[in-house]
Amino acid sequence: MSVTLRPAAVEEAQEALRGHERVLARGAGTKPALSSPPEGTVTLEVSGLSGIEDYDPEELTFTARAGTPLGEIEAALAENGQYLPFDPPLVAAGATLGGAVAAGTSGPLRYRSGGVRDFILGVRFLDGEGRLVRAGGRVVKNAAGFDLSKMMVGSAGRLGVMVELSFKVFPQPQAWATLTVDCAGLDEALALIGALATASFDLEALDLEPPGRLWLRLAGLSDAMPARLERLEGILERSGERLEGEEEGALWREVRDFAWVGGDAAIVKVALVPKRVRELEAKLEPLAVERRYGAGANIAWLAWPAERSAQDLDELLRSLDLAGVFLTGSPPRPMVGTHRGGAFAQRVKSALDPSGRFPEV
Amino acid sequence: MTQNGAGDGLLSALGAIYPPERILTSRAELAPYECDALTSFRASPRAVVLAESADEVVETVRACHRLGVPYVARGSGTSLSGGSLPIEEGIVIALNRLNRILELDPEQRTAVVEPGVINSQVSAAAAPHSLFYAPDPSSQSICSIGGNLAFNAGGAHCLKHGMTSSSVLGAKVVLPDGELVELGGDSIEPVGPDWMGLFVGSEGMFGIALEVTLRLMPSADRTRTVLSAYESLEAAGNAAAKVVAAGLLPVAMEIMDKLAIEAAEGSVKPGYPEGIEALMIVELEGDHETVDREFEQLLEVLEGAGATEVREPDDDAQRALYWAGRKSAFSAVGWLSPDYIVQDGVVPRTRLGEALAEIGRLSEEYGIRVANVFHAGDGNLHPLILFKGSEEGALERAEELAGEILRMCIRLGGSVTGEHGIAMEKRAFLPEMFGEADIEMMRRLWRAVDPAQIANRGKMFLPEDEPERGEALDSDAAPSSTAVAGTAGPPPGGGASGEARRDAR
Repeated sequence: MSVTLRPAAVEEAQEALRGHERVLARGAGTKPALSSPPEGTVTLEVSGLSGIEDYDPEELTFTARAGTPLGEIEAALAENGQYLPFDPPLVAAGATLGGAVAAGTSGPLRYRSGGVRDFILGVRFLDGEGRLVRAGGRVVKNAAGFDLSKMMVGSAGRLGVMVELSFKVFPQPQAWATLTVDCAGLDEALALIGALATASFDLEALDLEPPGRLWLRLAGLSDAMPARLERLEGILERSGERLEGEEEGALWREVRDFAWVGGDAAIVKVALVPKRVRELEAKLEPLAVERRYGAGANIAWLAWPAERSAQDLDELLRSLDLAGVFLTGSPPRPMVGTHRGGAFAQRVKSALDPSGRFPEV
Repeated sequence: MTQNGAGDGLLSALGAIYPPERILTSRAELAPYECDALTSFRASPRAVVLAESADEVVETVRACHRLGVPYVARGSGTSLSGGSLPIEEGIVIALNRLNRILELDPEQRTAVVEPGVINSQVSAAAAPHSLFYAPDPSSQSICSIGGNLAFNAGGAHCLKHGMTSSSVLGAKVVLPDGELVELGGDSIEPVGPDWMGLFVGSEGMFGIALEVTLRLMPSADRTRTVLSAYESLEAAGNAAAKVVAAGLLPVAMEIMDKLAIEAAEGSVKPGYPEGIEALMIVELEGDHETVDREFEQLLEVLEGAGATEVREPDDDAQRALYWAGRKSAFSAVGWLSPDYIVQDGVVPRTRLGEALAEIGRLSEEYGIRVANVFHAGDGNLHPLILFKGSEEGALERAEELAGEILRMCIRLGGSVTGEHGIAMEKRAFLPEMFGEADIEMMRRLWRAVDPAQIANRGKMFLPEDEPERGEALDSDAAPSSTAVAGTAGPPPGGGASGEARRDAR
């Protein structure tokens, strides 16, 4: 039976960490592939370290404990007409702020605004020896010291246990609209993504549902929306289906929360660029893996079937020199494919976690 | 240990990598490399090598590691924090000649460049594809991408587009022991720990980026700029706060005070309104359908916030001139004073008024003129402290004032540096902003990445008094920097130390 510790304060977390040889942090557990402890590892659940500590809407920044549910943060921001532009997934499922950072997960809106890495300002975390370390700050611009906050993005509990995070936020746009267009096939869809890259047109999100359906999301002043949609159709040289209002919001919430992932398939995130999509498609299509491309085809989201092994995906991605990470499911190791970092990663890991208390990256 | 004995060894090792004309050793040849844009620190290295290829850089780093010789990588030498100040017993690896844009892929919105490429050349190359490189430090027409990356450079347009780290996707890096690694990639969304993000802003202490993959942004369909004038600096600051409170997200929001305006008019002559106490430049970008409407809203906010004059430039040329006035402010204060110190501390946006009032009070107390230009959108101050270096004790007093301003930034919950970095200039203040455990973690990281401590050593951290480091010191770490026998109790303003000579020009 695996052991779960639930500290209610930072000091308790430090004690808990120091009292065990192998430890892995967990928030709400919405991304179990990253938070399920390997054999002999205790779970340090940080949901007890919860709550917004400081939020001044005029500053466009907030500081919250790592275990704070994103839903709570989004609600507090919305009351002041602000939002998290990196659009974290699995909010409805209970995902926490610390979990979003550890998993490095951004949603469809990251296409224009940027991802978790672009909005994180500072962090307080426990290193592998249980020392409480602060890095970064609470102001929107800061170049003092090594940028350890960025390093925590995607670190999956392998480099430290986050206890508090500071972020910047943006004012919410007045209105949203979505245009859906169907292309003859993958080549045509990719050509449009390429054309949009240089079209000087502000798109908040650009998703591809292969082979040929594009989802384009706009934000801004509602008065300007009809003219912009028309101009967008001009750039695309076709008209599409327009969606606005509540239905539009619901659509994207479903996308970012992976409502399209069926049954017991595992959610996998793969980093790539649009020009690599064809190669990946060629490998995935015969396997009948459900998939969707986000952020202008800079992310591939895969629904990896439970009956297929993580090993197979690992090999598939390695053959393409691509990196991926399992968010759900129970792979032996969450990171699959070719990961960069090499000696730099090893040295940083050795400095943060000299006794190997956290799992290997 | 090796410092004295390796003289010949070093030169012969360099001689095996470079032709003689690309190894500089004479006093006259070394002189231009003695300092960067922070001219109050100077040091003469043993040699400067002019690298022309990534292989040469790698070979040089390996030779340095083998011989225990510290090195400083240098781009254009525009660091305002002394980031590329040479180490006396070390060498400078000049990267300016690695200045090729290797690849520009408009459809992926990426560019792969060598570290010596000039910042503004990236945008120039991307412009035909309606793309641009977002970070725009004031020195963008001369500063290099490698230096921008090492110091996480900022600029006037960070409010919306972020700092350099938001625009660096990947890099090929040579670590301080000569090992090659790849960090990040070409996607805007990384997978796994963000090693690239950690490397950016590491002030040269984690190695040298040999090839950098940059994120390009789509050029705005419409840019609207407005200049507004105010009766006081405080009124300008309040107007900035009102713009944000109105839910507008300008790409830039810059304020200049009377003295800075005077300096600009003395040099680039931007034609700002006359006889005003402060001005603000606000820029909106985006789709024209949106921006034109938001601009109307912006004008209303500015007028409601007490602007005495609101002016839109007539054309792109005038807009460029308005910006030139702002961006040349640092060099323009040369019109007002023979010497100056520029700080880049940050305060929370809502405390700008308070911070400016305090700077005014300090200026009066010290009897030293301070010109202010700042990024109001992100609370990033740039007090220009004017002094005459030839006057006995003037530099020290100016530094003392600068130190008080930095302490104020910390007190108000901000940062000692928004974009220039710590390097030499603010080493003494890192321990005031961070706790012991925080700095020890940074040092531990540095020792892990660079066990021999040869990469830009002496920067960011004050020299350590052995053996104060306690249990955290890895027992197998190489003897720490003995190069900089610094003053332990730092005086305000950075703590002159080591071989770097203080020099007030």
